[in-house]
Amino acid sequence: MQLSKEEIQHIANLARLDLTEEELEKYGSQLSNVLSYIDQLKEVDVTDTEPTAQVTGLKNVFRSDEIGEWNKKEVEDALNQAPDFENGQYKVKRVLE
Amino acid sequence: MNLNRLTIKQAQEKLANGEITSVDLTKACLARIKEVDDKIKACLTVCADEALAEAKEADKRRKKLGAEAISLPLLGIPYLAKDNILTRGVRTTAASKILENYIAPFDATVIKKLRDAGAVLLGKTNLDEFAHGASTENSAFGSTHNPWDLERVPGGSSGGSAAAVAANICLFALGTDTGGSIRCPSSFCGVTGLKPTYGRSSRFGLLAMTSSTDVPGPITKTVEDASIVLKIIAGHDKHDATTPEVEVPEYSEEFRKNIKGLKLGMVLEYFDQVTDKNFKEVLLKAVDKLKELGAEIVPVKLPYAKYGIPVYYIITPSEVSSNLARFDGIRYGLSSDQVKSITEVYTKSRGEGFGSEAKRRIMLGTYVLSAGYYDAYYLKAQKVRTKIKEELDFELEKVDAIITPTQPTVAFKIGEKNSDPLQMYLEDIFVTGPSLAGLPAISVPCGFSEGLPVGFQLIGKRFNEGMLLRIGHNYQEATEWHNQKPSI
Repeated sequence: MQLSKEEIQHIANLARLDLTEEELEKYGSQLSNVLSYIDQLKEVDVTDTEPTAQVTGLKNVFRSDEIGEWNKKEVEDALNQAPDFENGQYKVKRVLE
Repeated sequence: MNLNRLTIKQAQEKLANGEITSVDLTKACLARIKEVDDKIKACLTVCADEALAEAKEADKRRKKLGAEAISLPLLGIPYLAKDNILTRGVRTTAASKILENYIAPFDATVIKKLRDAGAVLLGKTNLDEFAHGASTENSAFGSTHNPWDLERVPGGSSGGSAAAVAANICLFALGTDTGGSIRCPSSFCGVTGLKPTYGRSSRFGLLAMTSSTDVPGPITKTVEDASIVLKIIAGHDKHDATTPEVEVPEYSEEFRKNIKGLKLGMVLEYFDQVTDKNFKEVLLKAVDKLKELGAEIVPVKLPYAKYGIPVYYIITPSEVSSNLARFDGIRYGLSSDQVKSITEVYTKSRGEGFGSEAKRRIMLGTYVLSAGYYDAYYLKAQKVRTKIKEELDFELEKVDAIITPTQPTVAFKIGEKNSDPLQMYLEDIFVTGPSLAGLPAISVPCGFSEGLPVGFQLIGKRFNEGMLLRIGHNYQEATEWHNQKPSI
C-alpha cells in the first residue's frame, strides 16, 4: 500500500494540519509502512463477531442536564488561557469573507 | 539516612512516630532532584515552594489529628505526577510545544484525591508527547535518561515517572497507561508499575489520548506501596462516566495471604519470543521462584494476541486524531501568529505545535477513519479487539493470573529505534493485550540482564488488582530485586 503525495495532503487537510514538503514525504512512506503491517488483520475471520468499543460493561450512564454553579476563579483561569478574549467570550478571526 | 530513599511504608512509620516530618522528606527529595535531575531529566516542572508549603500543611494536619493520622496513609508523602495529568496552578504540558505554557484551572480527580489525602506534589514528569511512545524520546523537551545507564531510554511513555522512582527523587509517582505506558518504563527502570483495570481510576483531568484504554496508576518502589496509592486514587467518579461503582477493597488484607495453590497461566509463546538468552533466563528464574512459593504454573495459549499491535495502532490513532482535534489555537495552547484566516489558525497552530509522532498518529487516525476506509480498518480492529478480549477472559477463567515478560528486551539506546516508528511500536508486543481488554496488569522487577533491569508482567481479572498485588508482594518478600538501586 503506497499513499500518494496528494492523498497525504488530503488527509492533512482533513486533520487541519499544516505540513512541510519534507513532512508530506516522510509521512507518505511511514504511513504506507504502518498500513502494510496492519494489513495482517485481513487474515482474521471475524464473521459473527461484535465490535468492542468499551470494556466496562456499563450502558447509558445518564445524569440530569442542569446548569451548575462553577467557581468564578476557575472560569476566569480557564478563559485566561485563550490568546484573545473579550467580555467573557473567545475572539476569533473572521469566519465569513 | 537519605530520606528520599524510603518507601511509602517506611516513611509512614517514621512520620507516625515523630522521627521525621514531611518537610524533612520533601527537602530530601528536592535536594535529590537538584543532585541528579540534570543527568536524568525526569522532571519538566519542579514546584519547590508549593511542595514545601504543602509539606508544612501536612505536618500541621498530622499534629492536629494525632493518632487518627493513621487513616491518611499518604499524609505528607512527596510524589511526582506525569505531565499529562492536570494540576491546578502548576503548568501541565503533555511534553508538547502546543501546551508549553498551559496552566490548568482545575485538578484531575486522581490529583484531587491525593491532595485531599495530604500527599505533597513535588512537580511534573517527562513523557512522550501526549503519551505517544515507548521511550520518552518523543518529548518536545528532550528525552529522559535511564538512571541505570544514561545512554539508554527509560521506556515510555511514563518514562520520567519511572526514572524518578528508580533514582529515588520521590517516594512514588503517577503514570498513565494506554497500551503499556506504565509497565514498559517500570520494566526498563527496575521499579513496580501497576496499570489498574480500565475504569478503576478516573480519567477526569487526564489529557485524553485513547479514551477507551487510558487509565492512571502508580509507579512505586514496592508492590505494597502500589497498593497504598491505588487504594487512594481508585473508585467511582461522577466526572468520569466510565468508572463503574465497584468497591475498592482493603488491599493490605490481601498481602497476608500466601500464594500456595494459586494457578498462574504462563504464555509459553511469549517467552519463546524473547531472543536474548540471559534475559530469558532471568524471566524463567522468576517463574521458578513463584513455583517455589507454591504457585502452580499452567501453560496458556493466546493465538489472537499477536494481532494486539495492529489492532492497537488502528484504535489508538483513531482516538488520538479525535481527542487532539480540540487543540485549535483558539481556547488554549499555542496559537500561531502567522495567520490570515480562521482555517490557518487551526492548521498553522497545529502544524507548529505538535511534534512528529503526534502528527503521525493524527494522520494515521484521520486516514483509517475517513470515508471508504472505516469498515476495513476501524471496524475490523474493533472486532479483532473482541477476539483478543474474549481469549484473555476465557483463559483467566481457568487461572488466577497470567504471567508474561513485560518487555521483549532490556532498555535500548537513545536514538536506536526512533527513526523507524514501526520498530518502536513492536516494543508494545506483550502489553497491548491487557489494555485492549481493559484488564489490570502489573510489572514487577525480577533481575538484571547485562546490568539492566528485567521485569515480568502479571495480568489479572477485571477489578481484581488485589490478586496481582498479592502475587507481586509475595514475590518481593522472597526476593531482593526491587531493592537494587542504580548507582547514580
